[in-house]
Amino acid sequence: MTYLKAVGLVGGYGSGPDILHGCDLAVDRGEIGVIVGPNGAGKSTAMKSLLGMLNLREGSVTLDGKDITHLAPQARIAEGIAFVPQTENVFTTMTVEENLEMGAFLRQDDYWDTIDQIYQLFPILKEKRHQYAGELSGGQRQQVAVGRAMMTKPSVIMLDEPTAGVSPIVMDELFDRILEVKATGVAVLMVEQNARQALEIADRGFVLVLGQNRYTGTGAELLADPEVRKSFLGG
Amino acid sequence: MTDFLNALVLLTNFVLLPAITYGSQLALGALGVTLLYAVLRFSNFAQGETMAMGTALAILCTTLLQSIGVSLGVLPTALLGMLPAIVIMWGVVLLTDRWVYRYYRTKRSKSIVFVMASVGVMFVMNGLVRFLLGAGDRNFEDGERFIISAADFKLMTGLEEGLALKTTQVITIVLAAILVIALFWFLQKTKTGKSMRAYSDNENLALLSGIDPHRVVRITWMISATLAVIAGVLYGLDKGYKPLSYFNLLLPIFAAVIVGGVGKPAGAILGGFVIAFTEGLLTYAYKAFLNYLVPPAWLPEGLIQFLSTEYKVAITFVILVIVLLVRPTGILRGKVI
Repeated sequence: MTYLKAVGLVGGYGSGPDILHGCDLAVDRGEIGVIVGPNGAGKSTAMKSLLGMLNLREGSVTLDGKDITHLAPQARIAEGIAFVPQTENVFTTMTVEENLEMGAFLRQDDYWDTIDQIYQLFPILKEKRHQYAGELSGGQRQQVAVGRAMMTKPSVIMLDEPTAGVSPIVMDELFDRILEVKATGVAVLMVEQNARQALEIADRGFVLVLGQNRYTGTGAELLADPEVRKSFLGG
Repeated sequence: MTDFLNALVLLTNFVLLPAITYGSQLALGALGVTLLYAVLRFSNFAQGETMAMGTALAILCTTLLQSIGVSLGVLPTALLGMLPAIVIMWGVVLLTDRWVYRYYRTKRSKSIVFVMASVGVMFVMNGLVRFLLGAGDRNFEDGERFIISAADFKLMTGLEEGLALKTTQVITIVLAAILVIALFWFLQKTKTGKSMRAYSDNENLALLSGIDPHRVVRITWMISATLAVIAGVLYGLDKGYKPLSYFNLLLPIFAAVIVGGVGKPAGAILGGFVIAFTEGLLTYAYKAFLNYLVPPAWLPEGLIQFLSTEYKVAITFVILVIVLLVRPTGILRGKVI
């Protein structure tokens, strides 16, 4: 039984047209699932549907066997799903540490050991703990964003294009960090433009086209598939 | 040396002390406006009338307290009377939010729609205040009027010029300082204060973090109303209560907010003092002051006043225009309305 599983998703935003036309996603704890595909394929939409920001007409979403298809976004966060938006994903006028504290807003227990864990995972954040998040570089900001999302001790973390707009070196570093996040036993699901690099670290890959799964497999399988290589990875 | 001291006392008595007092009152009013802007993203034109209504209620409570024989001794009884007024005003602003602003918030209306709605609220409150206390002036100051009177000061120091230290001035400055420190501590150190800053910074991410938007909005209204009532009562104690004077305070308050940087609490305080000091320094007649410092023969005819006091409003306008032209984000780089 896969930890987070979505089957046959059909739906769109509000009463707008359908964007997803039968999309399947699944990711287990300690795994990385990567959604790739051309522009407008509904990659981010598919991920947001797991957070409950979409009006689903068909299909179901289960978390640890529990049906969460009709749960509101806020309730899903309480269930252990964390989301890192693509842009505006940190509180720019607050310090790094305050950003992490805000991530733990709903927690009533002592969350300082979680902050310490995050500082171990992202050592640069400890160094910059009293700096405003708005003053950090793009890659450091993404680490703050992921750190903030991890403060709820989620079982699933969803990242919307975490490497958008950062340099290749920073991208490699971010992927290393994401592998470390995965090693803590979290299910990681992310949308990526840098398809080749992302699939290299992926346990599961989903190639979406027009809101449907065109190819599904492990990252290595997709990288080896000549069709996928030709159409989506530039040969 | 004595001449220099006399000149200094003169300037302190007629410019510096009144400007610090007025600046504190503006700062408190402006803090309320800037907090509301930071969290609810609109300029609340009803803030002046919130001050007026709070003061009117405080006057009623004070009269009631006085009639049953309660007094604070040397301090004005209004300091006690404003406490129930603050609580009533919490109810007033929360109900206004429930009946007026929440509708537009759920509709996600543009900021200008909120501003226009707040103009409507302003007129309604303005009318209610007349019902409450009439259109006449009220003086509700009691207790000791002076901590040091001009005559005492002259006796004590032997100087020709007197420095009068009014009780209301000291109360204003001390209370404003305490409130500002408390507010900054609240915003920087408490979980609720931080959640307000987070909501102001990035609404969507605040929702993703589980921050309750309704609670943030409620608390912001309550803090802004508290600041408005206290600022109103202090202004009323200092200058006497006139219903219209609070409407006229709206311009310097907004000028203070914009000059300091919209949405920046520290900017509101800075802006308040910039406005108050500029008004004071430009409308003061320097004749007597300069008389002590330079030989009388050097002085020109007239009062040596840059602008007559009727131009106070114009000075505020000019500062506002200059800031908007030269540095639209304000001194501390706030948002642009």
